[in-house]
Amino acid sequence: MRPFTKHTGLAAPLDLANVDTDMIIPKQFLKSIKRTGFGKNLFDELRYEDEGQPDQECTGRPIREDFVLNQARYQGASVLLARQNFGCGSSREHAPWALDDYGFRSVIAPSFADIFYNNCFKNGLLPIVLAPEEIDQLFAEVTAKEGAEVIVDLDAQTVTSPSGEVFEFLVDTFRKHCLLNGLDDIGLTLQQEDSIHRFEEKRMAAAPWLFLSRGQ
Amino acid sequence: MSGKTLYDKLWNSHLVQQRDDGSALIYIDLQLLHEVTSPQAFEGLRLAGRKPWRVSSSLATPDHNVPTTRKERIDGVDGIEDPVSKIQVTTLDDNCNEFGITEFNMKDIRQGIVHVVGPEQGATLPGMTVVCGDSHTSTHGAFGALAHGIGTSEVEHVLATQCLVQKKSRNMLVRVDGELSPWVSAKDVVLAIIGAIGTAGGTGYAIEFGGTGIQSLSMEGRMTVCNMAIEAGARVGLIAVDDTTIDYVKGRPYAPKGEHWDMAVKAWSDLVSDKDAQFDEVVVLKSEDIKPQVTWGTSPEMVIAIDEPIPRAEDQTDPVKKEGYARAWKYMGLEGKTTLAEVTLDRVFIGSCTNSRIEDLRIAADVVKGRKVASSLKQAIVVPGSGLVKAQAEKEGLHTIFEAAGLEWREPGCSMCLAMNADKLGAGEHCASTSNRNFEGRQGFGGRTHLVSPAMAAAAAIAGHFVDVNEFVKH
Repeated sequence: MRPFTKHTGLAAPLDLANVDTDMIIPKQFLKSIKRTGFGKNLFDELRYEDEGQPDQECTGRPIREDFVLNQARYQGASVLLARQNFGCGSSREHAPWALDDYGFRSVIAPSFADIFYNNCFKNGLLPIVLAPEEIDQLFAEVTAKEGAEVIVDLDAQTVTSPSGEVFEFLVDTFRKHCLLNGLDDIGLTLQQEDSIHRFEEKRMAAAPWLFLSRGQ
Repeated sequence: MSGKTLYDKLWNSHLVQQRDDGSALIYIDLQLLHEVTSPQAFEGLRLAGRKPWRVSSSLATPDHNVPTTRKERIDGVDGIEDPVSKIQVTTLDDNCNEFGITEFNMKDIRQGIVHVVGPEQGATLPGMTVVCGDSHTSTHGAFGALAHGIGTSEVEHVLATQCLVQKKSRNMLVRVDGELSPWVSAKDVVLAIIGAIGTAGGTGYAIEFGGTGIQSLSMEGRMTVCNMAIEAGARVGLIAVDDTTIDYVKGRPYAPKGEHWDMAVKAWSDLVSDKDAQFDEVVVLKSEDIKPQVTWGTSPEMVIAIDEPIPRAEDQTDPVKKEGYARAWKYMGLEGKTTLAEVTLDRVFIGSCTNSRIEDLRIAADVVKGRKVASSLKQAIVVPGSGLVKAQAEKEGLHTIFEAAGLEWREPGCSMCLAMNADKLGAGEHCASTSNRNFEGRQGFGGRTHLVSPAMAAAAAIAGHFVDVNEFVKH
């Protein structure tokens, strides 16, 4: 996994609550068996006027001019400012894959849905929860000045607004450690192989019916 | 020290390792796999040269992306017309073959929606931890199992290590007291709960559903309730084990037998919250207040009883809610309307992991029996949750009732719930749907979904618009 340490980037404000994963990446794109290539269809129904198809070339499709990512001033944005309950709905990891593939490195919102929040960490995408008033201020600053950048520092656990105001955020120690170092958490879990085997033996004795072969 | 909740007990019995930062390694008993969220996980295993930790803990079946017409199903995977979908389903078959995982493929009568198949086969058992790369895995909590949806990286993690890194959720009890009114179903109960606590109301919590209104439900009903815990933001929904649970499990293909059965039943009797257990949050609803529900907007929390007026954006005080309501009104094309009975329906969908079990189909058949689908409707489809549900329904003659009434009888799969296959809404079309999400575009680009119970969907199919099924059946 690509590590995340400190990132400075253009912030795009998506002023919409309860953005669900169907909005982030609509279902027709879930037919892919790959992890990459979802960026061009990120927010497909919000970005384009027509219905997108998998493997379709997106240049030339009619775009929704008013959508934030279609505005010239937000081209190249790598930090997404969002509203409450971002990422609700389906567990599709295609949502963080699409955000990552588009070029986002961090999403900042007042709250996230659990599964989406979790999925972000597996992909080097940092979800940050800030207080609603801090989010409001970031929205105001980012919309007020074109080219406004924010600084996200995972090690210090801070977000610096365009005007220089610093907001602190919380993150689990283990997740932070994995993200800072780009660690593969399967490898880390497998270091506990003996503990897992010991647990499994105990469980097998207590509930042997859970360990029978299924057959075909 | 206060007692333990059911969630606490399930958590403790699967705890492999507790870490200082609050995260923990949790052992997983069962992983259900389907074609959409597993290919990248299997690919990850291959690239790292890893093998599944324990193949007997996995069970796979294609569901999200399979066609549902007889024509496309007769030749199994070879009959899928969409080449991209065909590759995805073939990939699941290939991966299961390569790694030795039991799969009910498209030609197997046991194929169906993972959340219907697991319980039906007795693969889902009380006291288990169950995961699947699908948010509606909360369904299995109806069995007193700790079950939740995960992303594809975690699917790979569970395949490789049999464990998940988790942080314990907080405990919420949602109690539904009293007897439900006639024609009020589990779906109405859970929609009313979501209406009360909101789509983020359960975020960070494991919700246990209790009270007489829940206890009186069948296992099918309980699965419907737990299925939609995620629509209230909770990854986990739970219901305590009782005789209804045990009677349902007994005799199923993968259920324990003989000596194991006696041992299991004894262990399962403890799968209830202790009397003195403390919950971080308690929400109480009265059954008598719950009427048939219909969603009007683009989030499951935008729900009203059938006899209520559609709430208006201008009456909302919270600015975020006001804006959300205005957007939903526009998307749903509600301008000029005051009640949902005024919405002309284009399609009706009876199916999905929420409502495609035999009981759901029986209720829907009961409502449409001897009646005809409204001529204004473009389509009404019934999609059973599994091949075995389909076979049972046909044995009972339900398919002839549906077809005589003008509803299409389909092959099992997720179908129009997420519209990955050909079953979908056209732009602007209104659908009465027994599924679980009414998000923008969920059932098709520009489609307008109204979530309802099977009885309400069936009545709406006949009337061509929403009606109170309780009144409807009297005429």
